Amino acid sequence: MKSLPRWWLSPLSATFALLLALLAFGAASYPNFASVAVVRNLLVDNAFLSVAAIGATFVILSGGIDLSVSSVMAFTSILVATLIETWHLHPLLAFIIALAIGVLFGFAQGKLITNFDLPPFMVTLAGMFFMRGAAFAVHPQSLGIAHPFVAATLNESLSVRLPMGANGTVVPVTVVLLGALLAVAWSVLRHLRFGRSIYAIGDDPAAAALMGLPVQSIRTRVYAISGGFSALSGIFFTLYQQSGDPASCKGLELDVIAAVIIGGTLLRGGVGSVVGSFAGVLILGLIQTLISFQGNLSSWWTRIVAAGLVLLFLMLHRAVGRLTHPALPQSGGTRVRPARS
Amino acid sequence: MVELLSSRLRTLRSLAWPLVAIGLLLAFNAIFTPGFFALEVRDGRIYGVLIDILNHGSRTALVALGMTIVIATGGVDLSVGAVAAIAGAVTASLTVSMHAPWPVAIAAALASGLVCGLWNGIFVAVFRLQPIVATLVLMVAGRGVAQLITDGSIITFQSAQITSIGNGSLLGLPVPVSLLAIIAVCLGLSLRRTSLGLFIESVGDNDAAARLAGISDRAVKMLVYMVCGLLASMAGVIECSYIKAADANNAGNLLELDAILAVVIGGTALKGGRFALAGTIVGALMMQTLTKTLYMQNISADIAPAFKAAAVILVCLLQSPVFQRRLQSLRGGRAAP
Repeated sequence: MKSLPRWWLSPLSATFALLLALLAFGAASYPNFASVAVVRNLLVDNAFLSVAAIGATFVILSGGIDLSVSSVMAFTSILVATLIETWHLHPLLAFIIALAIGVLFGFAQGKLITNFDLPPFMVTLAGMFFMRGAAFAVHPQSLGIAHPFVAATLNESLSVRLPMGANGTVVPVTVVLLGALLAVAWSVLRHLRFGRSIYAIGDDPAAAALMGLPVQSIRTRVYAISGGFSALSGIFFTLYQQSGDPASCKGLELDVIAAVIIGGTLLRGGVGSVVGSFAGVLILGLIQTLISFQGNLSSWWTRIVAAGLVLLFLMLHRAVGRLTHPALPQSGGTRVRPARS
Repeated sequence: MVELLSSRLRTLRSLAWPLVAIGLLLAFNAIFTPGFFALEVRDGRIYGVLIDILNHGSRTALVALGMTIVIATGGVDLSVGAVAAIAGAVTASLTVSMHAPWPVAIAAALASGLVCGLWNGIFVAVFRLQPIVATLVLMVAGRGVAQLITDGSIITFQSAQITSIGNGSLLGLPVPVSLLAIIAVCLGLSLRRTSLGLFIESVGDNDAAARLAGISDRAVKMLVYMVCGLLASMAGVIECSYIKAADANNAGNLLELDAILAVVIGGTALKGGRFALAGTIVGALMMQTLTKTLYMQNISADIAPAFKAAAVILVCLLQSPVFQRRLQSLRGGRAAP
C-alpha cells in the first residue's frame, strides 16, 4: 500500500488549505459571510451531495468510476415521491424500497463490470441513461410530497436546535445523519478488512489478487455500496426539496467526482479518504456561495469553476506522485490500463 | 493475401449482426407501424420515415466517426454532446447578435469544435489524464459555456443559407446525408490509404510500444480528439440549422451515448486498437432506427434512453470475450459432458 511519506505533500493538505483560503477570502470580502447562518446553509445545502460523495469515494478508491450517481438520485427522488403520494406508502417503507433498489442496481452494475470485464465507465454511463429513463417512466413530472411524516416529523420535529446565532440555529436531521454516515464510512475504510482491501485493490489489483483478496467480489460490493449511497443521497435530496423530480440532479455526477478528486482521492485508486471528499464538497459549496454573494455572475460559472478545479487537482496529484515516487513510471494510462479499462 | 482475406471476412462478420438487427427492427416496423416505408418526392427531394432515419442517423454517424478513432486510440470522448451545443450556440449567437455572414458563423462554430478537441487532446495527451475524466469535465462545463454564449435562453435565427444545411437537399438526398458520405469517404481514404490509420491502431493497442517504435502518440491522440471535436461541432451546426435555433440545454443531448453505442455496435473494441469506420456508420443507422421505432411506438423521448442503455449493455455483453467464452463452454459442455 502506498503511503505518502511527507504529509505536507499529501493531496489532502492542499484540499484543506484551499478550504481555509476560500473561507478567509469570503470572510474578508463580504461582511456577512463569516456567520453561523452561512455555515449552517453550507452544510444543509450540501448534505445530499456529501452522501453521494461518500459512495463515490469507495468506487474511486477501488480504482473504478460510477457515472450513474445523478440518475440514481433522480430516480430515487421520484420513486419515493410516487410511492408516498400515489401509492400511499409510509415514507419509511418508501425509503427502504428505494434504498434496496439502489443497492441492487449498483450490485448489477458491479456484476457486469467484474464478471464480464466490461469498462466501468461504459456500464455506469449506460446505467446513467437507464436510470434517467426509468425515472421518467415512474412519473414524468415533478411531484410534491405533502405527507405529514416528511413535512412535520423528519423536516421539523427531528431537527436539532442549537443556541447559536441571533435566533438560534436549526440543524435538520439530514446533517446529523451525514455526520454519522461519515464516521461509519471512515471507520469502515480505516479499520475493517473490507475497507483495507478496497485500498489494496485500488493500488494494484493484480498484487491484491496475489495476496489472496477476493478482488471480484469486493469490487462488486463497492458498486453496490455506491448505488446504496446514491439512493440515500436521493432520499436526502427529496427531503431537502420536499418533492421528487425525474429531471433533477443532471450533471451532478461531475460535482460528486469533482468533490472526491478535490478531496485528495487519486483517480487511479488506492489513496484518499471520505473526510477529504467531504472537504471537497464543502469547497464546491463555498464556491457556489461565493458566486451567489458576488451577485452578478451566472450560476453556470459554478460548474465551470468546479471543472477547472478538477483539472487543477488532477495535475497536482500527478505532480505529487512524481515528487514522492520518482521511480514509478508516470506515463499515466499505460500502467493502469490493463487492469481497469 | 490470406491475412487480407481473413481481415475482410472479419469485417463482414462484424457487420453481420448490426445489419441483422436493422433488418429485425425494419421487419418489426413493417408489421406494427403503418406507413413506415412510404416514400414520396416533393420539390426534388425524397420524404419519408426511412429518409428521416438516414437524415438524423447521419448526424449521429458524423459524431460516431470521430468517436471511432478516439476509441481506437484507447480513449473516449464524453464531451461530444456539449461540443455540439457550443457549436450551435456559436452559430446562432453570431448570426443573431453580430449579424455575421453565414460562412463566418459556420467557420466560427467549426473552429470552436476544433478548440474543444484541442482542449481535450491537451489534457489527455500532454497531461496524460484519464480520457473519461478529462472529457467528462468538458461534458459538464461545456454546457455551461454554451449557456453563457446563449445567455441562458434559446436563440432562434433566420438565415436561408444556414437553415438549408439541416433542411435542404444535395444530390437528391438531405444535406446531412450527402455531407456524411463525403466526410466518411475522405476520412476512410486518409486513414486507410495512408499510414495514419495504422498509427492510430498501434497507439490504441499499446501506446508505450508505439512510442518506442517511433510514433508520436501525443500527436496521434491530439489529432483524433481534434477530429472528434470538429465532427461534433459539425453535428451541432446541423442540429441547430435543422431546428433553426440554438438550445444550449438540449442540443446534442444523449449524443455521446448514441455515438459510443454506434461505435461499439460497429465492432470497434472499447479497449482500443482495431477500428471499423463502415461498422460505425451501420451502427449509427441501427441506433437511429431503434430510436425512431421507440418514438413510433409512442415511447416518450424522456424514457427512450432507458431502452438504448439496455441495448448498449446487451451489445457490450455479446462482444465481451468473457461472455463469448462462457457461451462457448456452455455449448461445449452440452456436446461433451
